[in-house]
Amino acid sequence: MSALLELRGIRAAHERITVLHGVDLDVAAGQVVALLGPNGAGKTTTLRVAAGVHPAESGQLVLGGRDMTGADPRDLARAGVCLIPEGRGVFPNLSVRDNLLMMTFTGRSREEIEEIAFARFPVLARRAGQAAGTLSGGEQQMLALARGLTTDPAVLLLDELSMGLAPLVVGRLYEQVGEIARQGVAVLVVEQFAAAVLDICDHAAVLVRGRVERQGHPDGGLRAELSALYLGSST
Amino acid sequence: MDQFLTFGIVGLSTAAIYAVIGSGLVLTYTTTGVFNFAHGAAGMLSAFMYWQLTVGWGWPVPVALVVVLLVLAPGFGLLVERFVLRPVQALGEAERLVMTVALLSGLIATARWIWDPNVARPLPMFFAARKPIHLGPAVITWHQAITMAVAVAVAIGLRILLYRTRAGAEMRAAVDDRALVGLTGADPVRAGRVSWILGTQLAAIGGILIAPTVTLDAAQLSLLIVSAYTAAVFGRLRSLPLTFLGAVVVGCMESYLTGYLPQNEYLPGLRLAAPAFLLFLALLVFPHRRLRGRERRLARVPVPTARGTLVFAAVVIAFGAVLASLLGEADLITYGAIFSLGVVALSYVPLAGYAGQVSLCQLSMAGIGAVVWGHLGAHGQLWALGAAILVSAAAGALVALPALRLSGVYLALGTAAFAVILDRWIFGIPAFHVFGLRIALFDQGSVDVSGPRLFGLRLDSGRELMVFAAVCLALASIGVAALRRSRFGRRLIALRDSEAAYATLGGNLLVAKVAVFALASGIAGLGGALYGMQQRTVTADQFSLIAGLPIFLVAVVGGLGAVGNGLFAGTAFVAPTNALIAIAPGTANLVALLPGLAGVGLGHNPDGIVSRFRRQWEPLARDRIALPILLCVLALAWALRFTDVINDWTYYGGSLVIAAALRAWASARQAEPAEPEIPVEWWGLRRAWRPEDEEVLARGVAAG
Repeated sequence: MSALLELRGIRAAHERITVLHGVDLDVAAGQVVALLGPNGAGKTTTLRVAAGVHPAESGQLVLGGRDMTGADPRDLARAGVCLIPEGRGVFPNLSVRDNLLMMTFTGRSREEIEEIAFARFPVLARRAGQAAGTLSGGEQQMLALARGLTTDPAVLLLDELSMGLAPLVVGRLYEQVGEIARQGVAVLVVEQFAAAVLDICDHAAVLVRGRVERQGHPDGGLRAELSALYLGSST
Repeated sequence: MDQFLTFGIVGLSTAAIYAVIGSGLVLTYTTTGVFNFAHGAAGMLSAFMYWQLTVGWGWPVPVALVVVLLVLAPGFGLLVERFVLRPVQALGEAERLVMTVALLSGLIATARWIWDPNVARPLPMFFAARKPIHLGPAVITWHQAITMAVAVAVAIGLRILLYRTRAGAEMRAAVDDRALVGLTGADPVRAGRVSWILGTQLAAIGGILIAPTVTLDAAQLSLLIVSAYTAAVFGRLRSLPLTFLGAVVVGCMESYLTGYLPQNEYLPGLRLAAPAFLLFLALLVFPHRRLRGRERRLARVPVPTARGTLVFAAVVIAFGAVLASLLGEADLITYGAIFSLGVVALSYVPLAGYAGQVSLCQLSMAGIGAVVWGHLGAHGQLWALGAAILVSAAAGALVALPALRLSGVYLALGTAAFAVILDRWIFGIPAFHVFGLRIALFDQGSVDVSGPRLFGLRLDSGRELMVFAAVCLALASIGVAALRRSRFGRRLIALRDSEAAYATLGGNLLVAKVAVFALASGIAGLGGALYGMQQRTVTADQFSLIAGLPIFLVAVVGGLGAVGNGLFAGTAFVAPTNALIAIAPGTANLVALLPGLAGVGLGHNPDGIVSRFRRQWEPLARDRIALPILLCVLALAWALRFTDVINDWTYYGGSLVIAAALRAWASARQAEPAEPEIPVEWWGLRRAWRPEDEEVLARGVAAG
């Protein structure tokens, strides 16, 4: 299976401090890859580099065989990369309807997008005229995830979908993520709740201090090693 | 009844213009997050351009309209977006506010420079030759009808653009979260450009429509904007329909006040100040939503050392003494303002630098100080100086009470409104009696101010007053430095960083805000009294809002957190402009541009110039060889100048050159041999771990 999203030897820094020391990662179409690791390992930075929001110092970003290193977030978005950032990836002062209107850049009409989003998340239809900032956390995350559904991305990058949400809501959101992947989308998930995401992913990579320390199938072996990797006793 | 209708129609057509201008303000605010103080000035400039094309060069009206509205206004909007606002986009609200204030004062100066303010420039109304329309008992001129029609068209057009199109949604989304806009395939920069173009066009339409009904004067036209601000605040800077309602209220109120306000000597100023009053009320009555968005980086506030502060104070006094010994009587009055306006500028340090409260009425507070001293201190009694400080402080506390509800741009607006109320109305009313006490202001003209009496000596010559002002600035600087090091100073910075956190930790917002406003106004009042003493007579004009803006700008450019700002702002505001005028008298209007340009330069140096100066000159101050040499050379140069061996230019120029050369030598001597750059992750391995490394790392991580 050839990879849709390839990161090759990505190095990235926050000002003078290098946080990624050559990260290699492949995500194939239809695959859910979990990116795990302790705080400060560089998980979010990896996603931000993949979406073009954070510049890479060296390394390559390849999307569907095309080298997209150094591309604008806007161009990457139009090429099919969809990053749902940490926190709430919605515009708080815009209404739900206007937030959905912002998803029309792939050429789909506003009506179609509303139809898809409201079918998947009926609660959004009831809140259509409300400012997105006044929705509950779970509803905001649904609205953010709707971008992943309606813009037909090739690659979906999810950062801490569970932040500040009840476990029940998290479970439901990840069901939707699994469904998106089954439609052939390459999904890369960053998650603190390793257990929640290990159940649905096909592949897991553990990032420690800016390097992929271990990756493979999320089986018992990896699970067992995880706590040691998190606590750093393996190095 | 006919009269009532006539005034109503005049009011409505004025309202239509306010609505157009106000909706432009709302548009730029909702789509770029910048409250554009220069919005009215852009309209003013367009009106002048339009006059130049039609009346000045005799172009046909339609051609001139197309050129102004479709070429010049959009071009100007793009320039402003690119060179004024994009550099400060990532900075705090205060910096963005300062940029537009700089633009406002720069545009007024530019217009006065190009178009001589002493020439009358009448502009004909649209279709002035046609007969007015009669609707029952009411008569509407074509100009009024067109104005109202334009306002309605603008309202409908904007509504559709903002809430019915993707471009509008993109523009609003760019304020919420610029990074996220990029992730949704849109270009935040383009959205910003579109809204600046549209906003400037709306300002231009308003300016062209209103110019024929008033005199074409740069400052007056720019300040008509106060009425448009009021309309926009009615709409809470967000809602277009409420902005239009606000415009109707303001327009009709102005018109009816013109018609029905009783004629006596106390009230005519009230009509001029009425929009500002209404603005103040609207700010207080309507609840304001804070604009949600990312937290911005706040500038660090340096902590001055006790020794450094004392050295600085000594330098201030020495500088004052040297100037006083060398300048002629006329120059003493001109350059004496270095120290008195320096004290006024210093008042921004605790207020805006420490507590983060942006106030635009500090010069008005100085005006109160000058008036109180002028009346009470006529015989130079020193207690009157205390009274001047106290009365200004009380006025400051009064402003602070409503200010408790306001922050950021709303506070700046509220204090600007307060300044306008003072200079258009309060400063202009004649003396009156309260409980048998005679209260006099500017006596509808000028007030004579005399020098203080100190230890039995009457300080009356420009020389003595300059040294006195320098000593006051030195003492005030020591006081502000002590404040920074005190518990109250740390509390103020906590308040600036987060009001909510400050309150949660048990701080009392009301007490802290009232105290810091009173303190800053007291300092400003002292500065005003000193300024008055040097000028001998003062008028209300010297303390107006427009006069105060450049001082605010220079203070921000200096860096609001730095105690040295008083000396810097005073010097930078007074010295270069007057020196330029002395060299080339024709540049008087050009130099008025300088503070505006300096403000625009802020984007490149957000931490302020004073802290950079400090870094650059510190090696010299610590050098045990270079510093004594410098002092000797300066003393020698002073002696040569004092005995008239060398002239002024040689003295000032030579001193600067020698000081700069010694500085370069001292920093070269102290610079450690350059070491090769070692990547952060190898610190402690390829080179020894240093105590400051942990701090560097922590800051790097926090900034990322």
